[in-house]
Amino acid sequence: MRATAHPFDFEVTYEPDAAFERWGVLAASAAIIGYGLSRRSLPGLLLAAGAVPLAYRGATGRWPASLESLIGPSEDTRVALAGPRGIHVRESARLECPVEQVYTFWSRLENLPTFMDNLIDVTDLGGGRSHWVAEGPGGLRVEWDAEIINDIPNKVLAWKSLPGGDVASAGSVTFQPARGDDRGTQITVTLQYEPPAGKAGALLASAFGREPSQTVREDLRRLKQLLEAGEIAKAAGWPGVSAGDGR
Amino acid sequence: MKAVCYYGKEDIRVEQVPDPQILNPRDAIVKVTATAICGSDLHIYDGYIPTMERGDILGHEFMGEVVEVGRGNDRLKVGDRVVVPFTIACGHCFFCHKQLWSLCDNSNPNAGLAEKLAGYSGSGLFGYSHIYGGYPGGQAEYARVPFSDIGPIKVPESLSDEQVLFLSDIFPTGYMAAENCDIQRGDTVAVWGCGPVGQFAIKSAWLLGAERVIAIDRFPERLAMAASAGKAEVLNYEEVDILETLRAMTGGQGPDACIDAVGLEAHGHTLDAWYDRIKTSMFMATDRSHALRQAIGACRKGGIVSIPGVYGGWLDKFPLGGAFAKGLTLKMGQTHVHRYLPLLLGRIERGEIDPSFVVTHRVSLDEAPDMYRTFRDKQDDCIKVVMTPQ
Repeated sequence: MRATAHPFDFEVTYEPDAAFERWGVLAASAAIIGYGLSRRSLPGLLLAAGAVPLAYRGATGRWPASLESLIGPSEDTRVALAGPRGIHVRESARLECPVEQVYTFWSRLENLPTFMDNLIDVTDLGGGRSHWVAEGPGGLRVEWDAEIINDIPNKVLAWKSLPGGDVASAGSVTFQPARGDDRGTQITVTLQYEPPAGKAGALLASAFGREPSQTVREDLRRLKQLLEAGEIAKAAGWPGVSAGDGR
Repeated sequence: MKAVCYYGKEDIRVEQVPDPQILNPRDAIVKVTATAICGSDLHIYDGYIPTMERGDILGHEFMGEVVEVGRGNDRLKVGDRVVVPFTIACGHCFFCHKQLWSLCDNSNPNAGLAEKLAGYSGSGLFGYSHIYGGYPGGQAEYARVPFSDIGPIKVPESLSDEQVLFLSDIFPTGYMAAENCDIQRGDTVAVWGCGPVGQFAIKSAWLLGAERVIAIDRFPERLAMAASAGKAEVLNYEEVDILETLRAMTGGQGPDACIDAVGLEAHGHTLDAWYDRIKTSMFMATDRSHALRQAIGACRKGGIVSIPGVYGGWLDKFPLGGAFAKGLTLKMGQTHVHRYLPLLLGRIERGEIDPSFVVTHRVSLDEAPDMYRTFRDKQDDCIKVVMTPQ
């Protein structure tokens, strides 16, 4: 079930799905709506509401027109993230470490899962390419390949995903000496991505407490702890202390 | 092990819980030899501190013997006798480098939660709710101490537990409150609240060169301690009009600096105090700030109001206009305990102060539930409770 999209054309058309797939989608969405309503809670209601477009698609084979321009990943990262598409996040952090240390740590992409909550694994494939495995909304495992598109040591590192992955994404991180401090670094992360279920997926994710900019902010907080303090602060490990794990 | 756990408003229980584990390389485990109930623990007891959960281990004033050290800690070794600061600080962030230890960037695992309340998060604290990190506290047989190569201070065997225990919080807290007053020659310092922090603020004001110290409370035993141990002039606010009396005592000018060592559960008999009581009891406000209002009202023009008392949420009827009109400076915040430890240990060693003067009750950990109530209700002339786990 992959959409085709063309530059400057947001009237995306979808291939008709097999009838049984549509019935499957309809049944699944009905189950989600039923479950959501039965929870009699705000998240439950949001879940039910979120499944309505899915039911529409099950019944008609199309997304509701209002969602068409928002849903459907593209093969081409630049198309997928063009204009208003995708999720845009910009976060920055100041670290009491020299620029060289922060750049070196980040540019070794295998380090990223040590502080990025949603990342499960990053493998360097050589030649500026890497394979990423992450936990998407709802605990779905998503994978994609990415390539470095800009690398100026101690200044900037930028990447974009390659066609064929579950997620279209592009991002950059800039490294600057912190103002008035010769040992500090200010990093700014800019991220754009088209999650598996488009913006609707991100909306659902945020309803369940995983708002994208908050996720990145928490990631940067852990990076800071790791590089400044040498370890990530933890309070968990005892019964009765459930919320002290930084989530 | 045994630990004092929170189960809800006025519901404190001594429970058997699993022993703490080393979770991070810089951790240490301390076998607690002495721990105290802090006035700020009473805010938890009375249900004023949000994000407490059932089973949370209380306590942030404790000391003991190091029994286990993480592999990333090259400063402590097993057997060291240490006092642990109640604020948890990493030692390497922007704020630690600036000696603002209680504002450490890296020690609160729930910083995101605290940011929603205050914009940015302060440091993690032991046993003081999940918004401050959800760290298990020290009213227990053992405690895990994060960043233990930075915080705990080794203490000499020549000093007793009671002489050094209060380095963990109330002595540095009272000292920082007085230091924040920027005391000059000839200054008069007025202290609201003669609980343990107030007592140390009084002593510290003298140490820092105050000409005159005036202490305000309503409990005779606390005023008596302020007068005898603290050598302060004392005022009972149930007997005199504080504003008028302070004005008369200071040549119509007001004290140069005022310390609010009361905080969010202030008590009083004036109209605004009753207004606070009613509003907080109906959950229409979070904090009662009568003492702070009075301190702002009493302070001389251009003076300093120093606030070691804890505030948790939103203040109502805060006289900012009065503070502005008089050009006051307000200083506040959690204590930067680490900053004061060597200095204050030195003062204890040289005999300039013996912090054990404040202790009125010595009990075992099992008596914690009763002692919380006794301390809260100021029964039995209770001013400071020290508990020994073993």
